[in-house]
Amino acid sequence: MFDWQFLVLLISNGVLLGLMYSLIALGFVLVYKATDAINFAQGEFVMIAGFVVAVTMAAYGAPWWLAAAVGLAGMIAFGFGLERVVLRPLIGRPTVAVIMATIGLAAILRGFGPLVWGAETRPLPLPISDEPITLGPLLIPPIQLLGAAVSLLFLAGFSWFFFKSRQGIAMRAVADDQQVAMAMGINVQRYFALAWGMAGVVSALGGIVWGNLLGVDVHLSLVGLKVFPVVILGGLDSIPGAVVGGLIIGVVENVAAGYLDPLVGGGTKDFAPYVLMIAALMFRPYGIFGKRIIERV
Amino acid sequence: MIHRECGVLKTTYRADMALYPLPIARKTVAAIAILFALIVPLVLDQYYLSILNLIFIAIVGAIGLNILVGYTGQISVGHGAFMSVGAYTAANFAVRLGFPFWLSLPLGGLMAALVGAVVGIPSLRIKGLYLAIATLAAQFIIEWVINHFTWISGGVQASIEVPRPALFGHAIASQREMYFFLLVFVVVAIVAALNLMRSRIGRAFIAIRDQDIAAQIIGIDIFRYKLLAFAISSFYAGVTGVLYTYYLGIANYEQFQIGVSIDYLAMIIIGGLGSILGSILGAIFVTLLPIAIRWFMESFGSLLFSEAAVHNLIPNLRLILFGLLIIFFLVVEPEGLNRLWRNIRNYFRVWPFAY
Repeated sequence: MFDWQFLVLLISNGVLLGLMYSLIALGFVLVYKATDAINFAQGEFVMIAGFVVAVTMAAYGAPWWLAAAVGLAGMIAFGFGLERVVLRPLIGRPTVAVIMATIGLAAILRGFGPLVWGAETRPLPLPISDEPITLGPLLIPPIQLLGAAVSLLFLAGFSWFFFKSRQGIAMRAVADDQQVAMAMGINVQRYFALAWGMAGVVSALGGIVWGNLLGVDVHLSLVGLKVFPVVILGGLDSIPGAVVGGLIIGVVENVAAGYLDPLVGGGTKDFAPYVLMIAALMFRPYGIFGKRIIERV
Repeated sequence: MIHRECGVLKTTYRADMALYPLPIARKTVAAIAILFALIVPLVLDQYYLSILNLIFIAIVGAIGLNILVGYTGQISVGHGAFMSVGAYTAANFAVRLGFPFWLSLPLGGLMAALVGAVVGIPSLRIKGLYLAIATLAAQFIIEWVINHFTWISGGVQASIEVPRPALFGHAIASQREMYFFLLVFVVVAIVAALNLMRSRIGRAFIAIRDQDIAAQIIGIDIFRYKLLAFAISSFYAGVTGVLYTYYLGIANYEQFQIGVSIDYLAMIIIGGLGSILGSILGAIFVTLLPIAIRWFMESFGSLLFSEAAVHNLIPNLRLILFGLLIIFFLVVEPEGLNRLWRNIRNYFRVWPFAY
């Protein structure tokens, strides 16, 4: 007898988890969309944000909203500073250089977090209950619901920003063709900085939500590894793509883990998304919603 | 490489491609050979030889990765996994079938080359970022496969103990014997790479890196050469994995995780992309870095921090310095240590009459 309830449970959990992945993937997509730079340190951004918020709460006894504000401000400043010091000198250099620079950045952040704030796992308490909400056969942890809500909110917010606001349209122009944008009087460097700042905002919220779910330590940065399957599947430069890709990856990894883990002895959660990504790279490398300008070689 | 030269006037292509650019180069090479074959192993003690051995292993891997990234312009974030393929292949042959090292080592390399070529197939259609992500996926998938199939990885711990490599019935056990064993492979790796790069294949690689469409127009079969680059590079990686396995006496997937792939990328970036000497310098630098940090912190760290804090500090400090160096070289000196070396050499070439 097929256990429908088990499948529904896996899918619903996958949907919520997937939306939380989208939150992190959004940071990646924002940067790629505006600056064509690839951020291999997205997971480390989230970790640092989690550290800042958790430490502000624990060490200075700040209420959660103040800590969140500190984290948000800190990450925006960090995004701006990073763009100025590391990414700007690399404009016009080969992709490999930018990839390696962000890999180096990831190493720095992974060393810096535990060095300054200690190696132990810190809790990141939020004023929401741990009791899962029961909805018929479903059990939904409130934090995942919050994460999903934040993610959808950002989807709506960024969609509005990119299609309606003056800054968003300018940013799309920069992404499309930097020289033409410059000729039209758009300050390209300012929009590069803005994109990294926005990635900081998304990472800060990702850090709060994921930090609450997993606890804050160096392993928090591992959620960044899920970003690549999500963005490849959804399309590197597409904000709805990040959300849809996150949903697919979340559901697939949860269902695969539910059914395959007993057979192969664990680890499917980390493995299945990458298999799916390889398939996507073979058949549709620009993703579901991505622009079809992948260079043929 | 190291000699002073002046008035270099090459009139034929043959002279330009020669392995020894000047007659004096033969003497420099001979001097280096004597230094490493005779003087170093007699003078240094076990501890320094063990460091040199690690450097030798890293040099083989770094040259291999540089052939792919530096010369052919294809990025791979999965070299750690290719090393593990070589390591486990050789370990399985050595333990189950009792193969000697001179058989299991090339077999390990060939298996890694095969896997590397398969991973390289997407490079026909994708490049840059997409290729980086595809090889990253290969890293995780290979790691997972090795970890979950016990007939590859030999049980729960995912590690296989290998016997010491033996030559004419004599087991190579001490650091000094290991030094000579590894030295042979380093020399072969360097000479093979130098010769490869001045041959038709090497020039095809460089043409693909510089401008792939132009390379195709002048008649280079891009797909074939890209796969060849992946295969050669993975062969080097596989051999590195086997050497490391024989050096440690155990094959363990934890020695070949994503961090290792990044270490090797760092080596060739710090050393200099597209340069054999750069690979060697980078391998030396990156291998010595954690040792230097450990030495420094154990000597002076206790002045500032407690004993326990120092031990927490060392790995984190290594990561930070490591990342800073990668970014520093990318931003300030993209051609790496090799370029710095050339600058110093060029300065002294005409010294003291700079004009």
